[in-house]
Amino acid sequence: MLTAIAAHFVLAAFLPLIARRWGRAAFVVGALAPAATLVFALSRASGALAERHPVETFAWAPNIGLEFTTRFDELALLMIVLVSGIGALVLCYYACYAKPGDRAVSRDSSLLVLFAGSMLGLVLADDVISLYIFWELTTVCSFLLVGGEGLTRKLRKSATQALLVTSLGGLAMLLGLLLLATAAGTTRISEIIANPPGGGVVTAAVLLILLGAFTKSAQVPFHPWLPGAMVAPTPVSAYLHAAAMVKAGVYLVARFAPGFSDLPAWWLPIVVLGLWTMVLGGFRALRQHDLKTLLAYGTISQLGFLMVLVGAGTWIAALADVTLVLAHGLFKSALFLTVGIIDKRTGTRDIRELSGLGARWPALTVFATLAVLSMAGFPPLLGFVGKEAAIEGLLHGEPKDLLLLAGVVLGSVFTVAYSLRFLVGAFGARPTVAPTEAPPSGTVMTTIVGIPAVAGLVLAFVPGLVEPLLAGYADAYSANPPDYHLGLWHGFKLPLLLSIAIIIAGYLLHRTALAPRLAGWVPGPLHAQRGYQASVDGLVALAQSVTGRLQAGSLPIYLGVILVTMVAVPGAGLLSGIETPVDLRAWDSLLQVPLAALVLVAAGTVVLARRRLTAVLLTGVVGYGIGALFIVDGGADLALAQFLVESLTLVVFVFVIRRFPPRFVDGRPYFPRARWVKAGLAAVAGTFVAVLAVLFSGSRQGMPEASRFYAENAESATGATNVVNAIIVDFRAFDTIGEIAVLAIAATGAASLILARARQRPSGGYVPEDAGSERTEVKQ
Amino acid sequence: MSTEPDRELERVPWAEWDRPRDRWLMAEHNCNTWPRSLLLEVCARIVFPTVLMVSVYLLFAGHHDAGGGFSGGLVAGLAFVLRYVAGGSAELAATVRIRPPVVIGSGLSIAVLTALVPALVGQPVLSSAIWKLSLPVLGELKFTTNLFLDIGVYLLIVGVVIDLLRTVGAGTELGGPGLDDETLEREEVERT
Repeated sequence: MLTAIAAHFVLAAFLPLIARRWGRAAFVVGALAPAATLVFALSRASGALAERHPVETFAWAPNIGLEFTTRFDELALLMIVLVSGIGALVLCYYACYAKPGDRAVSRDSSLLVLFAGSMLGLVLADDVISLYIFWELTTVCSFLLVGGEGLTRKLRKSATQALLVTSLGGLAMLLGLLLLATAAGTTRISEIIANPPGGGVVTAAVLLILLGAFTKSAQVPFHPWLPGAMVAPTPVSAYLHAAAMVKAGVYLVARFAPGFSDLPAWWLPIVVLGLWTMVLGGFRALRQHDLKTLLAYGTISQLGFLMVLVGAGTWIAALADVTLVLAHGLFKSALFLTVGIIDKRTGTRDIRELSGLGARWPALTVFATLAVLSMAGFPPLLGFVGKEAAIEGLLHGEPKDLLLLAGVVLGSVFTVAYSLRFLVGAFGARPTVAPTEAPPSGTVMTTIVGIPAVAGLVLAFVPGLVEPLLAGYADAYSANPPDYHLGLWHGFKLPLLLSIAIIIAGYLLHRTALAPRLAGWVPGPLHAQRGYQASVDGLVALAQSVTGRLQAGSLPIYLGVILVTMVAVPGAGLLSGIETPVDLRAWDSLLQVPLAALVLVAAGTVVLARRRLTAVLLTGVVGYGIGALFIVDGGADLALAQFLVESLTLVVFVFVIRRFPPRFVDGRPYFPRARWVKAGLAAVAGTFVAVLAVLFSGSRQGMPEASRFYAENAESATGATNVVNAIIVDFRAFDTIGEIAVLAIAATGAASLILARARQRPSGGYVPEDAGSERTEVKQ
Repeated sequence: MSTEPDRELERVPWAEWDRPRDRWLMAEHNCNTWPRSLLLEVCARIVFPTVLMVSVYLLFAGHHDAGGGFSGGLVAGLAFVLRYVAGGSAELAATVRIRPPVVIGSGLSIAVLTALVPALVGQPVLSSAIWKLSLPVLGELKFTTNLFLDIGVYLLIVGVVIDLLRTVGAGTELGGPGLDDETLEREEVERT
């Protein structure tokens, strides 16, 4: 399984090369990875269904206990069928969908395979860190796929919203996972679920994890990113926003649910937001004219439904949930791919402009009808089987489950209504609109749509094919499962009656004139998109105000803040616990006296200097004087560096001040009072540093431990008799590398700042002679 | 510099192969920065190689005496500063044939590689080895691997100084590339 994940990433790296050479065929090559994964996973299905699930571990940072563990169990196998199976179909479909010579081919093929690999890693991961890494990889892939090349404002906005919302959830989830792992004492998800920890921390942890799941699965109030993401190419939407990525949230909840289904902090948010999402999504879908957006709201509604079923936490509800996960992946991918064909062949997806496609494309219509009916829960399709199980599961649970049932029934009525709206809108004949002109739908693309659509039909008749898999997952909820089997016919009982009632109510809702006028209407202030916009705007405003206040752009203010902080914070603490030094010597060597006098005089004169150049030169005198003091004290290395740095600084100073007015102020000072504040501050800070230097050098007893170690070991350990050099290149070599890295970055940054303002001048000063001819050519 | 046809490869008469290709000093027309001082310019040219030799000496001597990569690099950088101060950006352009960021980057790469190579042979990162050779004439020669770290520091410092000269120095010259149009217009007004 580790190999399969790695194969995806390696293949993704080579796809741009393949796309450059063979164009659209890159998608078919890319489809090999998920297809092979699907075959491999199905051939090992017995392992996933066995009592002990196959586990593979790859320790990538064993020193700090980080490893990547895959665990191949029933839920993972189910998700692999969806992720890899639909992934392979979508990639093949994209090969026909993309225009020949499209520039997006190399990018999209590579990203889709990368995404398939990340998703595979996500569903297989058994430790929380890997889970998070793959989770964020899917977020990044989604951002890049939605944004495309970012050529329009709409693309950038939608992609950014998808990224911001899902990565907000991702970060919350990381925190939650870490809290949970710390509370449980292990990072293995299987072990956490087997012995779920308790306590207040765990409550916070599950809430944070749920936030991640809700943002990823577009639950209220985070859902607006999903309809926005429909700007992506249709195959991308089909895969990411119908079958795979949005399922990640449901998967995460389903993965952790067996351990926490009794915790109110766990199931309460799930069922409340899930029901809300289910009803709102279905309701909003009734208003959409764009087929893709209609399906997107339908997806939101279905995801809410799936959440509710996991939140219910009973065996039958869990069975219904995984059945519907499978059914939804099949029918929703078929429907999105259908929309892709319609869009590509007719140039529109607006149901007000489409008419008579049903008669033109009979095969596609049959497949789409199968998928739509599965979505609406019509027999004899897999969607119906799942919905029967869901009603059965909610009917025989606790009293709260009956409330859930009422919400689910309402949501299902909307589902039937928007399903019919989709089907009639896409394929129906409209008397007022001329039949749409369209070429044939294309054999390959239609066949690809047919595979998941027909699978939904076949599996409904032989649910035994997948039931061991689905029931295997549900067994985690209950030690003694009830005697319930998936099937089309359970007798003439309440679930069947409810199903019939839902279909009739949905049909009436679709037929009545009420639908187009009232349906899907939400008062403007309640739109979740407004909430998103307000939070993003607020964040930007906050960042601007904080930056505006901290980065005032005034050197005296920066320096003043630094100096005041230095004197106030460490100064108070240090001065309170210091002893007065006992022996203070005036000088060690007589040479120090004139040097010190020179430095003091120079420093005093700097303040009085009127011309910038004078001030710079006097500062240089201070620096050289200090270098001379180092020589007197015997620090030859230090003195050498001091002299050299001082010379260079002087030169750089001169370079800069030649762009300045020669004098500091012309005539009178700008702020006479501020001068005194600055002078006072400088005096206090200077005195503070001087006093501290005296106090600390006075209270030091003998040579420090580190210095003695360096002096003793320099020769033997590094072969250097110069201890300073031994420290720089050996003992503290890591510091040296860090410092030169900082220096390189600072130099590059300064260079770019200065050169960024560069404008080419006709008689440029810094134009190498031989480059001149080229320059003039460019200008012409 | 790279756009120039490679004159090394051109066929020259054997009697002229060592004839100077450039003028030794700059001509008047390509030096338009500040008043020239012939004495300073000639001295800078004469001293330049010697200063570079001193910088290399400091680099190698650092192991036992005052010096090291940092001081050596600064001395070498100051040699370029001298050339620039004497002749302006045209003089600097005649001296420097390689892009400063390349020098910075190679210095940093050498230092980082020196740090990482011990990891390849199973040693902790940044550990150093000492090799001693006995050569017939030179006597015993000691060589430590952390010299490479010093060489990296040396190159990086030289690159940083030349980059400073290129940007802060030549970049802020009158009429140089580092000015925006407004300033130049204002200067134009002031001058006339």
